Amino acid sequence: MTDASVPQNLAPPPAEVEDVELYHAHSWITKYVFCQDAKVIAIQYAGTAITVGILALVLSWVIRLQLAFPGAIPFIDANVYYQSVTMHGMIMVVYMLTAIFLGGFGNYLIPLMVGARDMVFPYVNMLSYWVYLIATLVLVSSYFVPGGPTGAGWTLYPPQSILTGTPGYDYGIILMLVSLILFIVGFTMGGLNYVVTVLQARTRGMTLMRLPLTVWGIFAAAVMALLAFPGLFVACVMLLLDRILGTSFFMPSLVELGERKDYVGGSPILFQHLFWFFGHPEVYIVALPAFGIVSDLISVHARKNIFGYRMMVWAIIAIGVLSMVVWGHHMYVSGMDPWFGFFFAVTTLAIAVPTALKVYNWVLTLWHADIHFTTPMLFALGFLVTFVNGGITGLYLGNVIVDVPLSATLFVVAHFHMVMGIAPVLVIFGAIYHWYPKITGRMMDERLGKIHFWITFLGAYAIFFPMHYLGVLGMPRRFYEMGDTAFVPASAATLNIVITIIALAVGFAQSIFFYNLFRSLKYGAPAGGNPWRAASLEWQTPETPPGHGNWGKHLPVVYRWPYAYSVPGAPEDFLPQDAPPLRGEHSP
Amino acid sequence: MSVMGLFFISIFSFAILWLARQGVFAAHWLEEGEVANHRRPAATEPPPAAKVGLAIFLAVAGCLFSLLAAAFYMRGDAPDWQMPPIPGILWFNTAILVASSVALQLALVAARRAEFERVKTALLIGAATAGLFIIGQIWAWRELLELRFFASSNAANAFFYLLTGAHALHLVGGLVALARTTDKVRGEGRVTRALTTSVELCAIYWHFLLFVWLLMFAMLIGWTDGFGLICRRLLS
Repeated sequence: MTDASVPQNLAPPPAEVEDVELYHAHSWITKYVFCQDAKVIAIQYAGTAITVGILALVLSWVIRLQLAFPGAIPFIDANVYYQSVTMHGMIMVVYMLTAIFLGGFGNYLIPLMVGARDMVFPYVNMLSYWVYLIATLVLVSSYFVPGGPTGAGWTLYPPQSILTGTPGYDYGIILMLVSLILFIVGFTMGGLNYVVTVLQARTRGMTLMRLPLTVWGIFAAAVMALLAFPGLFVACVMLLLDRILGTSFFMPSLVELGERKDYVGGSPILFQHLFWFFGHPEVYIVALPAFGIVSDLISVHARKNIFGYRMMVWAIIAIGVLSMVVWGHHMYVSGMDPWFGFFFAVTTLAIAVPTALKVYNWVLTLWHADIHFTTPMLFALGFLVTFVNGGITGLYLGNVIVDVPLSATLFVVAHFHMVMGIAPVLVIFGAIYHWYPKITGRMMDERLGKIHFWITFLGAYAIFFPMHYLGVLGMPRRFYEMGDTAFVPASAATLNIVITIIALAVGFAQSIFFYNLFRSLKYGAPAGGNPWRAASLEWQTPETPPGHGNWGKHLPVVYRWPYAYSVPGAPEDFLPQDAPPLRGEHSP
Repeated sequence: MSVMGLFFISIFSFAILWLARQGVFAAHWLEEGEVANHRRPAATEPPPAAKVGLAIFLAVAGCLFSLLAAAFYMRGDAPDWQMPPIPGILWFNTAILVASSVALQLALVAARRAEFERVKTALLIGAATAGLFIIGQIWAWRELLELRFFASSNAANAFFYLLTGAHALHLVGGLVALARTTDKVRGEGRVTRALTTSVELCAIYWHFLLFVWLLMFAMLIGWTDGFGLICRRLLS
């Protein structure tokens, strides 16, 4: 196998994966509906996630309208407000972000980027989507039952979440818990697929240290999700039993409306532990794929190899490991032992080290690079700015003594929307603009894309940046209305109105994106196989969009890492991963 | 929380060992001469994808049971905690589950030696004993319910039902896989490689569930109270 002219370190190894027999669709239904092709499943996942995401966006308008014009809109009463807050949070975090990054981008990109024909368990992969879809339908169906969806807040803290005073007591909370349990079952099926595909189905020469960072990010996030979601699963099952069977896992003895409940001795703090054992890793389950995708966008559009590839991989792993031991920082105000608080503050602040490494490496990749300000690049840069901003306020909130006064204020809302709301959403947009040509064979309109970027980026900043000030003023979050409150000045109300108007405008401006998305399907300029002249494997498919089985007759053979840009002596300014090695080349 | 700590230490050490074997630590572009990328000797084949998938699923299931155990100990601190009496049939069930695991191990040994009839018998015995175990568990539930130890009357009762129920559900899932394997055995009529893999996966899953059950049983009859005490002392 070893060719004398091929440098030793670039020689491909003997076949590591045998080519697989693919499932072939026989009818329209098995090709587009109950499909086992990861690329179709990816689009189904992303489509569903974006659809519920739009619902959650509309719910955020309900919240903003109430905050700006308390009581002015008749149908927004306290129940509707709390239901909107709950559903907005839960949908965005779990059903939108997790599903689109892992189910959407994971399904589309993993097989193409590692050089596989499909996921290793295509049937389970298909089931994963359908269970996810059922979970979403169960969740949305809570709008059509008496009492409506639950208004317990996305954290679902007992005892309040399953007591009669909370909206959605009758059915909403049950549907929410059942939906989450289904989601986790569906996700576990998908997650097993993503992890095993990365481990087992890499093509010849595709070592772990030659994987694009996108795959590393999604892989690490999938591993974390597999280990973290059981926490939410256990919490949901136990809460459901408390609600339906009257067990006392979480419910202490209490008197409600003058009536003594049968619950005795349960521990609400136990629920918080289980919930945040999932809840914190969840932040990184969303962030790690975004980190990976941004690394690839920056490298491609700056025509330069990513700076410190190995450091980036290790940072991803370190963040993944650390994020499993920081959940307590969500519970500083639960009356925790100060030593615990100290432990969790230390681990929380320690995450800043690998995260900062990543930020430095992105900046160093841009240093002296040939930066093309394409739409994907703009979104990647927008991510850098919002992520650093949100990360820095995370350092404030990671300290117990700073967190305690700020915990119940809009400062926290500003922080987590910057770091896990806006930042990952900017990456999603960037990634769609970047991979759309591969998925459809056509380019999206650059001019509309840039308009979309500037409205979204500046608009999102204008929405969330002022909230830091409101938070420092002491403006509480979660409150339906403020009433007469001496410490909140009139100017805060004005600021709230401004924020709401911008939020409405930015929300509506997303229609530019959707117009561009659908219009380009038909009228976009033909993209060709590799419009960004990118080196990673998914751009080297024989067909665009990639056909069933991705690679034609033979699987590609990989000779180098995916960041071979501006290599001296190369005929072009990039070397595809599967191009035969150059004489004297010394790529990783 | 110490339960979770132990669980994660074991998971992470596995992961680090594996990463090291994959050569993630190697800086191969700094090494001269020898191809350092691919340490895997040509003779050993990579494990089948289904086996890796099962290993990862076991990590997920292990995480689930560890979290349940952690919740068990944290909730067990409350003054109202009152463990129900343990039905004597659980000892019998334990023996049956051990027998089931042994039967599947024998099936695996027979499959490796390509002794078709033995594989068939051993699989059937394994399935029958596992079914018997589940019936025994339901019997234990009924016994407790007749003695009026309801899930709603004490959290310890509820944990008893939750833990045994979760374990039994996992075993039912295993039985589905086992039924499919047995079906494959009937269809093939001889021992094939794919069949040996299926039998092996079932056996691994059975041993895992036996291990979980032994720990769970020890927890329920109070043999691990000392462990709980140590945890509490460590944490306070």
